[in-house]
Amino acid sequence: MRISVQEEAFDLGQESSAFAAGHREMGAIVTFTGVVRDLPDDPMEAMEIEHYPGMTQKALSQMAEQAQERFSLGDVLVIHRYGRLVPGEMIMMVATAARHRKDAFEAATFLMDYLKSRAPFWKREVSASGAAWVASTDEDEAALSRW
Amino acid sequence: MDILYFAWVRERIGLPREQIETDAATVRDLVNELRAREERYTAAFEDTSALRVALDQELADFDAPLAGVREVAFFPPMTGG
Repeated sequence: MRISVQEEAFDLGQESSAFAAGHREMGAIVTFTGVVRDLPDDPMEAMEIEHYPGMTQKALSQMAEQAQERFSLGDVLVIHRYGRLVPGEMIMMVATAARHRKDAFEAATFLMDYLKSRAPFWKREVSASGAAWVASTDEDEAALSRW
Repeated sequence: MDILYFAWVRERIGLPREQIETDAATVRDLVNELRAREERYTAAFEDTSALRVALDQELADFDAPLAGVREVAFFPPMTGG
């Protein structure tokens, strides 16, 4: 299990390959990547991501441990960035390795649902019309109820 | 006790963290104490349903006791991922 909270960019190809290469007994590797998307009517200059340094690593590790208890997983990787990002940049990635794809897919979805509303990150969108904190949605909260 | 603020809570209060002396028994008591301080705190803590709290880096609720707690953090609902 590896959890990395970092400011610098990561190389998706390199991270995915390295993760997949380490697991000869795992038949399924799932990766998810979150990217800063531009706003259609209001071009975005940047997305600023704030986090709670003392808590972030711990919260992400707890989520990964829960995923490992709940699903039959060989390994988990979570990388999440903070700081100032521009549209097109990768914000985060999750990778799961399992013997079979069902566990790998479900664990990745579980981790994403929890990351959305239980990991201490806050996004702020800076565009030509000003800056605004991204609000959480009821949908994000509701997604947790299925687990 | 260290009090930390993040995102728009930090912006409204104008500080990322501060140290306070308090006898507040629960998070809610602490919030009421802070609200009574100054207008900027009243504004930040106006609607606690829009806020989350962590005690010593673990999410908690507003009824949680503060005994033995060293660090309290207030922030809006998280938007990770």
